[in-house]
Amino acid sequence: MIETSPRAAMPAGLSASFTRLALANIGVAVASFGIAAAMAIMQAISRANLDLPFRSAGMYYLSVTAHGTLMALVFTTFFIMGFGYVVAGASLDGALKMRRTAWWSFWLAALGTAAAVIVILGGKATVLYTFYPPLQAHPAFYIGLTLVVVGSWGWSLVMLMALRTWRRAHPGRRIPLSVYGYAATILVWLLATIGVAAEMLFLLIPWSLGWVRTVDPVLARMLFWWFGHPLVYFWLLPAYVVWYGLLPPAAGGKLFSEPLGRLVFAMFVLLSTPVGFHHQFMDPGVPAGWKLFHTFNTLLILYPSFITAFTIVASLEIAGRLRGGGGWFGWIPRLPWSDPLVSSVILSMLLFALGGWGGAINASFGMNAVIHNTSWVPGHFHTTVGSASALTFMGACYVIVPRLLGRQLELVPMARVQPWLWFTGMLLFSIPTHITGMMGMPRRVFDPRYGDHPTAVGWQWLTNVSAIGGVVLFASALFFVLVMLFTLFGSRDAGEPLRFSEPLEDPGTKVAFLDRLGLLTGVAVVLIVVAYAYPLWQHMQMERFGSPGFSPF
Amino acid sequence: MNIDFYERIWMWASAAIITMFISVIGVSALAYGWHPPSHVETIDPAKVFTDPRFSRLGQTITLPDGTIEVQMVGLMFAFAPNEVRVPAGRPIRFRLTSGDVTHGFMIAGTNANTMLVPGYISQLTTTFPRAGDYLIVCHEFCGNGHHVMAGRIIVEDAK
Repeated sequence: MIETSPRAAMPAGLSASFTRLALANIGVAVASFGIAAAMAIMQAISRANLDLPFRSAGMYYLSVTAHGTLMALVFTTFFIMGFGYVVAGASLDGALKMRRTAWWSFWLAALGTAAAVIVILGGKATVLYTFYPPLQAHPAFYIGLTLVVVGSWGWSLVMLMALRTWRRAHPGRRIPLSVYGYAATILVWLLATIGVAAEMLFLLIPWSLGWVRTVDPVLARMLFWWFGHPLVYFWLLPAYVVWYGLLPPAAGGKLFSEPLGRLVFAMFVLLSTPVGFHHQFMDPGVPAGWKLFHTFNTLLILYPSFITAFTIVASLEIAGRLRGGGGWFGWIPRLPWSDPLVSSVILSMLLFALGGWGGAINASFGMNAVIHNTSWVPGHFHTTVGSASALTFMGACYVIVPRLLGRQLELVPMARVQPWLWFTGMLLFSIPTHITGMMGMPRRVFDPRYGDHPTAVGWQWLTNVSAIGGVVLFASALFFVLVMLFTLFGSRDAGEPLRFSEPLEDPGTKVAFLDRLGLLTGVAVVLIVVAYAYPLWQHMQMERFGSPGFSPF
Repeated sequence: MNIDFYERIWMWASAAIITMFISVIGVSALAYGWHPPSHVETIDPAKVFTDPRFSRLGQTITLPDGTIEVQMVGLMFAFAPNEVRVPAGRPIRFRLTSGDVTHGFMIAGTNANTMLVPGYISQLTTTFPRAGDYLIVCHEFCGNGHHVMAGRIIVEDAK
C-alpha cells in the first residue's frame, strides 16, 4: 500500500480477465442483495402486523431464510471475493494469475447459490440460514451452500498463490497492508470453513439424502458455530481493509499507525475461531467450563476493534486538519461528506460502535440469558454485519464498480443520500428491536402478539417503529441497486485510478514477524485445537440419540 | 516501536476495560457459580413420553430440599403442559426437553432462558419473586407454527 504509482491504477492493475471476474463476483453480490432486500420488506410489513392478502406464516419464514442466506452468505462472500481480486490486482504488480481456477471457482459458487436459492424460493428449505437440524431442507440446499464454500476455497487459493508469487519477486518487502488484511481474511475463512464442511459432509448431506437416518443436533451446532462466529470476521475484515486502505485517501489524509493495522488483522487470525461456544451459551449438552473459556477469548477479540476505532478516527482527523479544520472538532465538518464512500464508512462505524457494545453484552456469559434468541439479536447483527460490513461494502462499490467498468458513477445524488437513509433506517429498526428483545420478544416470529398477553402488548408499538425503519432501509437498498444498474449501463468514461492509503510513517521493519503468515496460522491452529479438540472428543464419548429429519414448512 | 502518546493511552484503557470484563465474568462464574444453563444429560427423543424422567408432566414435584421441579416437553407447536402453577419465592427447577425439532424456552421479560434440543435434557433453576402471569415463548424457529408456540406460568403467592 506504499505505492500509489500508476501501476496501482485500475483497471491497469488487473488483467482484462480478472477485471471481468471481479465484476462477475460483485454482480452476483449486488443481485443477491437486491433479492434479499425485497425479502426484508416483506418481513418489515409483517412486523407492523398489517393484514395484507399475500401475508402468510409460510411466506414469512421463507423470506427470513432467503434474506439471511442471500445477505449473510451470498452477498458478503461474492463481494469479498470480487473486492479481493481488486485489492490483489491493484497492489501485487500483476502477480494475480490462475485465471482458469478463478473462473471455475466463480461458476461453482454461482451454481451452488442458484441451487440453494431455487429450493429456498420453492419452499423446500425453510430452515433459516443457520439450518439447525433436525429441521431438514431439500438436499440441494446443503449441496448448493457447500459448493459456494468450495468455490470460495478456489478463490482463496488463487489469492494466496498471488501473494506467494509477489513475495518471491520482492524479497524483503513488507506485504502491502490491504493485501495483509485480505490474507488475514482468507486464513480466518479457511480455518472457519473446516467446521461447516465437516457438518455438511459428515452430517447433513448424508442425512438429507437418506443415507443415514439420524443426526446429533448438538454436534451439528458445535460444528456450525466453529464456522459461524469466524464467519462474522470474514465479513468484517474486508470492511476493515476498506477503512484502513481506501478511506484515508478518499478523505484526503494518510493512515495513522500502519503497524498497528497489521497487529489488528493478526489478532483476528488468532482469535476468530476459538470462540464459537458463545453462540451456545443456552445449549444443553455443552459444559459450562468450555463456554467460559470461549467467553474469555471472545472478550479478547474486542481489542483489535478498539485499536481500529482509534486508528481510523485519527486518520480522519489528519484528513480534516489537512483540509483546514481546526480546534477539537472543527476537522469533522471539513471531511468530504459528499463522497459516498466517506459518508458510508463513517456512518457504518457509528452504527458498529452501537453494535459492538451490544456484542459485548451478548458475549457476557450470564447476561446473555436476558437477550438470547430475542429480537435483540437481529437488532445487534444489523448494526454489525448489516452496517459495518454491508454499508461499507456499498460505499466501496461506489468507488470500485465505476473503475472496473471504466465508467463514472451515475445518479450521484442518490448515492450521496443512500448511506444517510441506511443510517436512519438502521437506527429506527435496530434500537426498538434491541428494546423489545430486552422485554422478551423472541426473534423471527411471524406474529408477535401471543394472544395479547400483557407482556406481549408491551412491545407491540415498538415493532411498528422497527417496521418503519425497515421501509427506510428498503428505500436505501433500492437507491444502491439503482445506482449500480445505471452505472453498469452508463456511457461516460473515466480513468481515475483507485488510491490506497499512504501511511503517515513508513512501517519499515516494525512488527515484521507479523508478516510470517505460516507462523500465524500455526498458532491459530493450536488455539483451535485447545478450544475444540477436547470438548468434541468428550461429546463423542457420551451415549447420544440422533434425530430424524422434520420439515414443518 | 514508537506509538503515539494518545494512542498508547487508548490502548491501555482498552486493555483495562477488557480485563475488567473478564474479571467480572470470571469471578461471578468461578466464585459465585453463575453459569448459563449447561446441563449435560441425554435422552432418546423418540421415547420422551415413556421415559420415567418425564413421567410427571403437568404436576409439580417437591424435592427434599424444598425446590419445586417442573417437567415440560417442547413440541411442534406447543409446550406440554402449556400452563403450570408455581408458588412465588421458592426455587423452581425446570427439566425440559424436545420431542421433535429444536425449540427455545424463555420466560419473557426474565433471564430464564434455554434451548430445547432433541436428545438432550435442559435444566435451569429460577425463583419468581412476585406473583403474576408469565409468558413462555419458543424462541427458536421450529416450523410454520413457531409464533403460536407459547405457554404460561401462573405464579401464586405462597400461603
